[in-house]
Amino acid sequence: MTRRLLLLLPLVGFLVLGGFLYQGLSMNPFERDSALMAREFPAFELTTLADPERTVDASLLEGQVTLVNVWGEWCPTCKQEMPQLLDLADRGVRLVGVDYKDTREKGREFLAEFGNPFEVNIFDPEGTLGFDLGVYGAPETFLVDAEGVIRYHHTGYIKPEDVREVIVPEVERWRE
Amino acid sequence: MLIQMIPELGHFALILALLMALVQAVMPLAGAATRRPLWMAYARPMATGQFLFLVIAYLCLTASYLLDDFSVANVADNSNSMLPWYYKASAVWGNHEGSVLLWSLILGAWTFAVSRFSRELPRDMLARVLGVMGLVSVGFLAFVLITSNPFARLLPNVPADGADLNPLLQDFGLIIHPPMLYMGYVGFSVVFAFAIAALLGGRLDAAWTRWARPWTNVAWAFLTVGIALGSWWAYYELGWGGWWFWDPVENASLLPWLAGTALIHSLAVTEKRGSFKSWTVLLAISTFSLSLMGTFLVRSGVLTSVHAFANDPARGLFILVLLGITVGLSLLLFALRAPRVSHRVGFNWLSRDALLLVNNILLVIMTVTVLLGTVYPLLLDAMDLGKISVGPPYFNALFVPLTVVLCLFMGLGPLAHWKRMEGRELARRAWLSGAVALAIGAVAPLLYGGEWNLRVSLGLVAALWVVLPLVRDLWDKSRNADSRLAGLKRLSLAHWGMILGHLGLAVTIVGVTVVSNYAVDRNVRMAVGDSAELAGYTFTMTELGSRRGPNYVADAARIEVRRGDSQRHFVMTPEKRLYIARGMPMTDVALRPGLFRDLYVAMGEDLEDGSWAMRLQYKPFVRWLWLGALLMAAGGILAVIDRRYRRAATARDPERAAAAARKEATA
Repeated sequence: MTRRLLLLLPLVGFLVLGGFLYQGLSMNPFERDSALMAREFPAFELTTLADPERTVDASLLEGQVTLVNVWGEWCPTCKQEMPQLLDLADRGVRLVGVDYKDTREKGREFLAEFGNPFEVNIFDPEGTLGFDLGVYGAPETFLVDAEGVIRYHHTGYIKPEDVREVIVPEVERWRE
Repeated sequence: MLIQMIPELGHFALILALLMALVQAVMPLAGAATRRPLWMAYARPMATGQFLFLVIAYLCLTASYLLDDFSVANVADNSNSMLPWYYKASAVWGNHEGSVLLWSLILGAWTFAVSRFSRELPRDMLARVLGVMGLVSVGFLAFVLITSNPFARLLPNVPADGADLNPLLQDFGLIIHPPMLYMGYVGFSVVFAFAIAALLGGRLDAAWTRWARPWTNVAWAFLTVGIALGSWWAYYELGWGGWWFWDPVENASLLPWLAGTALIHSLAVTEKRGSFKSWTVLLAISTFSLSLMGTFLVRSGVLTSVHAFANDPARGLFILVLLGITVGLSLLLFALRAPRVSHRVGFNWLSRDALLLVNNILLVIMTVTVLLGTVYPLLLDAMDLGKISVGPPYFNALFVPLTVVLCLFMGLGPLAHWKRMEGRELARRAWLSGAVALAIGAVAPLLYGGEWNLRVSLGLVAALWVVLPLVRDLWDKSRNADSRLAGLKRLSLAHWGMILGHLGLAVTIVGVTVVSNYAVDRNVRMAVGDSAELAGYTFTMTELGSRRGPNYVADAARIEVRRGDSQRHFVMTPEKRLYIARGMPMTDVALRPGLFRDLYVAMGEDLEDGSWAMRLQYKPFVRWLWLGALLMAAGGILAVIDRRYRRAATARDPERAAAAARKEATA
């Protein structure tokens, strides 16, 4: 009898996994709302990628609408996303990068190769800021208004058409 | 007139295929349950008919692509009149709808092949196997027709031209990678069907494993090649020289591969020794279930991935239900019908049986590790425990040591006897290989890289430890023959298959080890006339120009490369392309492949003063990654070619053996 119960284990395991997958269906990661929506950008105190001597904190994001993009050299999709971010920078959007779980050297190489649309890059090697932001992969992008409040959250890849259709309108909306 | 009807004909053929699949599923299974030969006899003709109509449906969609019929939504979204014809033909599977159709077609092809090559199967077994495959097919064809119809039209406003195929996919890799991968995924449906048929029929002897083994090997070989092709494609196409990213979709293909690798070994044990019966059935179910789950993960959008198809929750739900029914019912059947009493076939804790058991357990642990890493973010998120990212560090930290342990046992396995092995004898056979592996592994990094490196040593020792005992074993086995060559010839193809498979893994491990530790790259600013050095090669940019392709414009550089002070040079021409229809930039890498090193040049961005940011890379032994995979696949195929492999067990079944012998005599 115990053996029969043992044989049921795979089924139980699968059902549990299936339950999670079912729940996963209703939370499309591309549209997953950040728990931080309409909250202040989490406090942090980290150095910049370019200059290990320079420390920045959340006041960096105050004063104007900023797009915060979480990226990493290790993240393939980030590389594909760079043309869109460069495009956004060309359109006059202020971008701040978070170089997430990366080494300084690799992060710099990445920017040298793929271009640098960011005004500043916050260097987050331990992923502490990423953790506070609830990031669970890169790229993720947050729109922060002039008061430093998160207003929009984009999980995953910003497609070329998203620039025009989603991101720019959101930026305009919160500028007003 | 007829040409305009092609999509409708295809759609109609697809519906007919579904109906035939339904008959193929219901009649033979019911017939086998009630012992009605006439009902069981439906299986083979229906398998043939289903396959025929799937081919027709598939050809119709391909024709719509080749004829630029942009009234078909699928064509309009994924093709363009300027696209070369071979990309039009493969754009069919470069999207969700078409790729599920390909999936179904390949399932039809495997079913057809089973129905052709299984004349020796008992009638009820064949009926059940084809019935189960029919059930799977019903699920997938219903999925295509209900949620993902590739023949849907855009009427009456037909677009003038198509949106073009994603430039990332406009590559030789698209032509060959998905079909290979699907051959592997879907091929595991055969062993799954055999396992379910055995459970249904209550015949859990070793017979089903004997029939299922060749099919499983072939599917596994396809999957191996498919994964390797994907890795190779990513390496040269994406432009930054990586070959494995632990992306959820890559993991989705690795999962059935790991389980499948465990399966082919456990099938061998069950067939030869009659042990591990329940375990083998469970692995057969799991392997195909993981293939299905990969399909779900890619298409449902529950995980973020570069490979993800356009997401549609309705599709995700459909596949999840399909997955739930298929896997849930199979595992329930397993729980109810798996051998009640494990009649233990005794073996010593030092024996080939035991070593294979350990390796099986290790492979399953690896599978679970990858599975957990892949779905962990989802699990935590679903339980509101916060969000976390699982990246390469997690996978490398667990997968690499597990592989090393796996190699440890892999080296011993082929040396050990079945049932029991004298420890002293095993040590006698293995010690020299071990010592040589340790010696070479310890010294090689010093000679190659100039300094000692633990990781390189560990990787090389593991790889050598897999190979050297095999060499030693060949030496032993050929000793008593007239000549060494005659001795080697006497070994069965199946044995050579095993050797090749293990050698392949060792080659891949060497590749992974060397390229991970010794690859160098440099980002440089280059204008015409500039030179840069990397790993003893001098790269000189001699020209910079633009070029027009069929559906793109490109900036192209001409780079002359010299090795050391050599007078001879070769030319590399990287490009930065802009695909017109989508306005999407793409890097076209210039590669100089070699067995011991690749040179890799990619154009970064235009620095607007006549110079470009260029990325130069030196990738030693990177080819070994894929070479090893090809060897593994060749090993799998070689074993199937062996006649004894296919017939070996028939000797134990006198009646059947006699029939086979008669057949052979008449042939």
